[in-house]
Amino acid sequence: MIPYALTFAFGCFGLSLLFNLYRIFVAPGVVDRVLALDTMVINIIALLVLYGINTHSAVYFEAGLLFAMTGFVSTVAYCKFILRGDIIE
Amino acid sequence: MEQIAEITISVLLVAAGIFGLVGSFGLIKLPDTMTRLHAPTKASTLGVGGVLLASMLYFWIMRGQLSWHEFLITMFILLTAPITANFIAKAHMHRFGDKNTMPDTGTPRDWATFEDESKEMEPVMTRVEPKPKVTASDHQF
Repeated sequence: MIPYALTFAFGCFGLSLLFNLYRIFVAPGVVDRVLALDTMVINIIALLVLYGINTHSAVYFEAGLLFAMTGFVSTVAYCKFILRGDIIE
Repeated sequence: MEQIAEITISVLLVAAGIFGLVGSFGLIKLPDTMTRLHAPTKASTLGVGGVLLASMLYFWIMRGQLSWHEFLITMFILLTAPITANFIAKAHMHRFGDKNTMPDTGTPRDWATFEDESKEMEPVMTRVEPKPKVTASDHQF
């Protein structure tokens, strides 16, 4: 039963990534693009963990943790740049 | 036991997939940026949370090894999601927000993010005193 559920979840998160890509290309403002990139990182973490379940290996959790950290830092850096025009003042 | 765990993991995976899809669909469906900010929180809490819980259960019950990486990732995402949301909302307010359409703060001070830096050190909790009500009995005398 688990392989079918895994395939379903893979499909859902893949479709979510496509939605986010659409929002990055067609967005009314720069803030929406930052939001879409943030959501994209979240979906990629979910995909990495799913792939870890699929291949029975724990390596992908470290990759997910790294993605979570760099995603947070990059979103904050983008927002800081939009707000102030400078990241570290 | 294995059967129950299998069903639980499958249900968690399917629910997480649906929530992730809903979050990203809301990102392209909702009308303006402040409402769009709300949609991906479903994906980041329930979506990723469900996947990580399913992975934890899978490696614990099916493989016999308990791993704490998933717990770390969940905690990190739950801690950072409000901070990124706050930053994105602030960037939107400064770039596109109209100061005149914002609701009143209820204090003599303005919205904290629009305030000039000279006022930053003043005490925050200075409330406006409500005006004394003119009651019917005041008019009689």
